[in-house]
Amino acid sequence: MSGKQRARSFSVHLILIAYSLLAVGPILLVVMNSFKMRSAIFGAPLAPPDATTFSLIGYQKVFRTAHILTYYSNSLIVTLVSMALVLLFGAMAAWALTEYRFRGSTALALFLSIGIMVPIRLGSVAILNMMRSAGLNDTLTALILVYVAQGLPMSIFILSEFIQQIPKDLRDAARCDGVPEIRIFFEVVAPLLRPAIATVAVFTIVPIWNDLWFPLILTSSDTTHTVTLGVQQFLGQYITDWNSVLAALSMAILPVVVIYVILSRQLIAGLTSGAVK
Amino acid sequence: MANLRIEHLNKRYGATKVLNDINLNIEDGEFVVLVGPSGCGKSTLLRMIAGLDGASGGDIHIAGKLVNALAPAERGIAMVFQSYALYPHMNVRKNMTFGLKFTGVPPTERERRVAEAARMLRLEELLDRYPRDLSGGQRQRVAIGRAIVREPAVFLFDEPLSNLDAALRVSTRVEIANLHRMLKSTIVYVTHDQVEAMTLADRIVVMNRGCIEQVGRPLDLYYAPANLFVAGFIGSPAMNFFEAKVERVESGCARVAGAGFRSFELSAPSLEVGDLLTVGVRPEHLGRGADGPFAVEGVVELVERLGESSFAYLRRADNRLFVAEVRGRQTPTPGERATLVAGARDVHVFDASGLRVSTQNEA
Repeated sequence: MSGKQRARSFSVHLILIAYSLLAVGPILLVVMNSFKMRSAIFGAPLAPPDATTFSLIGYQKVFRTAHILTYYSNSLIVTLVSMALVLLFGAMAAWALTEYRFRGSTALALFLSIGIMVPIRLGSVAILNMMRSAGLNDTLTALILVYVAQGLPMSIFILSEFIQQIPKDLRDAARCDGVPEIRIFFEVVAPLLRPAIATVAVFTIVPIWNDLWFPLILTSSDTTHTVTLGVQQFLGQYITDWNSVLAALSMAILPVVVIYVILSRQLIAGLTSGAVK
Repeated sequence: MANLRIEHLNKRYGATKVLNDINLNIEDGEFVVLVGPSGCGKSTLLRMIAGLDGASGGDIHIAGKLVNALAPAERGIAMVFQSYALYPHMNVRKNMTFGLKFTGVPPTERERRVAEAARMLRLEELLDRYPRDLSGGQRQRVAIGRAIVREPAVFLFDEPLSNLDAALRVSTRVEIANLHRMLKSTIVYVTHDQVEAMTLADRIVVMNRGCIEQVGRPLDLYYAPANLFVAGFIGSPAMNFFEAKVERVESGCARVAGAGFRSFELSAPSLEVGDLLTVGVRPEHLGRGADGPFAVEGVVELVERLGESSFAYLRRADNRLFVAEVRGRQTPTPGERATLVAGARDVHVFDASGLRVSTQNEA
């Protein structure tokens, strides 16, 4: 490695390290301060908790006062069901659009790609009206429907790319073998899409879990709130219970991290597959 | 086991004609090889027989049944792909039985067929392995095994050996020939390799630009090619061609002359004075000691030594190259002047449109 290359590699790493600190810093701050007493949060916000400042008061309050477990399970239900539907329908639609040529298939693909470009929040008012007249107001179903619509275009787009990489001979061989089309999809194509599906799963889950907007406008009772919305009740107009906010936020981060760790091996395989044969 | 009949088959992609009025009859138990340069439509023809591509016109009958509208699985065919197309996430056993599940073969029967195919192809020890753990030759055998267990009426092979290295190609070729002898099934086999075609086929179908150029037994194609294309395609190195003209005709006997070779007499009643001809002679039929009507003189430029013989590239009087095979240990040296002679039976004559001129010399 020449000096010039080393300098370039060093500067690249410097930028990456700076970016990592920038991204991880606030999260670290939230988690750290969630284990501190209120006075310590404000007294020395950048200090890690020590023997004198350590406190679990935030967590105790969260579990005592709020329906945190209900919020948690709501978030989990909404996220996992949406993810399952996005993956199932996304993969099936991607297969249909890449494998079969039918009247209007190009138009349909274009229509779906519009969904990538137009943010779904632009339709908030219409969605609210639709849900209200369908009697789905204040239900988890409403959230799931919205998130499936939000996640599908991107997942179809990514999965189509991956399906095109599966050798055509494999589908032809299955057809010669007499495998029905639906089984070709589920038993030949889908298992080979595993890395792609992990990638799409992560891209789908994170925005759904973190979303505040749709729970805010579509749910109104405690029984349908999600974690991100539930946290808001500690943020008052005049007083904010920072211990509880930080504790609840720390807990909200946890599941996403766990899912990411589980899927990350597949994810890296998915992001880099096709780069080398 | 079944015969295969193809009538007036056409295939067009938009305005491009890929296959043009293909007619072909394949007998029960026959091993037919489709051969031709890339893009000649041989693979398309095979995929149409399989039912993977639809026809733009014409009929395909398998075992006397019109199969135009049938799905691949209902045609009684099994196909072996160039890329093997094994299911990567299934072990060898599952690869072979996967299709049988859907065609109503009971489990005990499935096991029996897999065991038999595994024995035939020496796959017994590999049944629980995954394709990624197999060598190229083993994968190819699994692909063939997957075709065998379907017990098809017709086997379709799409360039099955082109992904194998040279040594493996030869041994797998022998295995396929043995397999055909054991199973006695109808086989349609696509290749661009003429050695495979010559060694395996009962009959060869030579294709070019979406048309059939000639159908015949391997040696018929070699000794009596119907036209210039087949003459140049079959045989390696390719046949030498010499432009020629009919100088004189006397009582059914034509005198043929051209640049670079000595003029000679040809007993061909159909020829007339002034006809433009192409004379073809295979490199292996040009000899120094031989006696015959055709003689060509040249200066040796380059010699390729193969061991049991050598190929000599000679420059003839009209400054073009031709090739001659020289047998034995005595290899010619560059710069040497040589006169090479071919016997009457080994001289092929084609008319201006490229079709073979029948001569009485052949009789």
